[in-house]
Amino acid sequence: MEPWTPDWTKSPHSMGTTIMALQYDGGVILGADSRTSTGAYVANRASDKITCLTDYVYLCRSGSAADSQIISDYVRYFLNQHTIQLGRPATVKTAATLVRELSYQNKSFLEAGLIVGGWDKYDGGSIYAIPLGGTALKLPFATGGSGSSYLYGFLDQAWKEGMSKEEAEALVVKAVSLAMARDSGSGGVVRTVVINEQGVTRNFYAGDKLPLWHEEIPRQNSLLETFTEAEPMRT
Amino acid sequence: MLLEGSNRRIHSVHRHAGMAMAGLAADGRQIVSQARGEANSYLSNYGEEIPIKELCDRVASYVHLCTLYWWLRPFGSAALLGGYDRDGPQLYMIEPSGVAYRYFGAAVGKGRQAAKTEIEKLNLSEMTCREGVIEVAKILYSVHDEAKDKAFELEMSWICDESNREHQRVPADLLEDAKAVAKAALEEDMDAD
Repeated sequence: MEPWTPDWTKSPHSMGTTIMALQYDGGVILGADSRTSTGAYVANRASDKITCLTDYVYLCRSGSAADSQIISDYVRYFLNQHTIQLGRPATVKTAATLVRELSYQNKSFLEAGLIVGGWDKYDGGSIYAIPLGGTALKLPFATGGSGSSYLYGFLDQAWKEGMSKEEAEALVVKAVSLAMARDSGSGGVVRTVVINEQGVTRNFYAGDKLPLWHEEIPRQNSLLETFTEAEPMRT
Repeated sequence: MLLEGSNRRIHSVHRHAGMAMAGLAADGRQIVSQARGEANSYLSNYGEEIPIKELCDRVASYVHLCTLYWWLRPFGSAALLGGYDRDGPQLYMIEPSGVAYRYFGAAVGKGRQAAKTEIEKLNLSEMTCREGVIEVAKILYSVHDEAKDKAFELEMSWICDESNREHQRVPADLLEDAKAVAKAALEEDMDAD
């Protein structure tokens, strides 16, 4: 009989994850949570799931951490060569096509749900969702990862065309934090990346600064505080 | 005696690009074949139509390749590559040495010196494509030497906003108009002497 070992000693790193991207008037906003889990163990509680492909195109990664990283490494390499050869920045469509080709042609080996988002001078801000099978869908907004299930209805109602940058970023943070509240595979902090003609801006939203939703309790620093509270909690 | 349309010198490379060949026709067809392959593989790999400059660079590299090895002979033809991509309409000429430059007006073949002189007289920046068709026909008829050269068939294609940025043969009625104007211009010149 094999001695029992916890599943997190054997499981590959997977990113439970909530990732999303949405178009606003002038560019795109990419958002993600920061939890990387190995089974039930949180291997990294502050991971950065939004990776740079080119100066103006970024990739949101979900699924197997290894698979999504290797895809992003290959595509970054191809795009770099392509940019040098072409003499101008690559378009978002080209980046998405390269990601899609790798994903589709190796579909039996890979498990990665990806969202490509960026800005180019021909089409402005664009988002391409590339889920598991390797299909590429151009959309005004997209979600991925285990937490995405909780966002489809929410975004169908909340997304509007032509939002301002501030409105759009607030919507991304709200959506990711909603998913983090319900999905055990998502958590930690919210990272956003804003991409437009002017360039790229990275933002960070600490876990305790995020809004609390239904039945979420405020964060306590230690159990000692709980036990020595003036007003004990009542059930 | 030659069947009209059986000696095509203009070929489509992709929806947005076409090539005209001068020199050995069979060599020219090989260059076109290579260009088509490059355009298709770019579309497969990158999801977009190949930019004309990139297509030109790739074809020029291939033509140059055939000048590097003793067991290959250089191409016996030059190609005029015309296309319309996101950066606008562009014209490139690829020579047998593998050198390629961008032009606003170019000519290859036996009458190229005379043709280039005529092109330089034109005001290209203010000409529409339609007007250009007429001018090109006039030039081709005027450089054709009645005494030395055989009878020729005029073949023209264009790629412009009017053709929806697609490479296609100039519509038959416009071609006939162009030929008529060109022949009339020739008569005038002869009469002027």
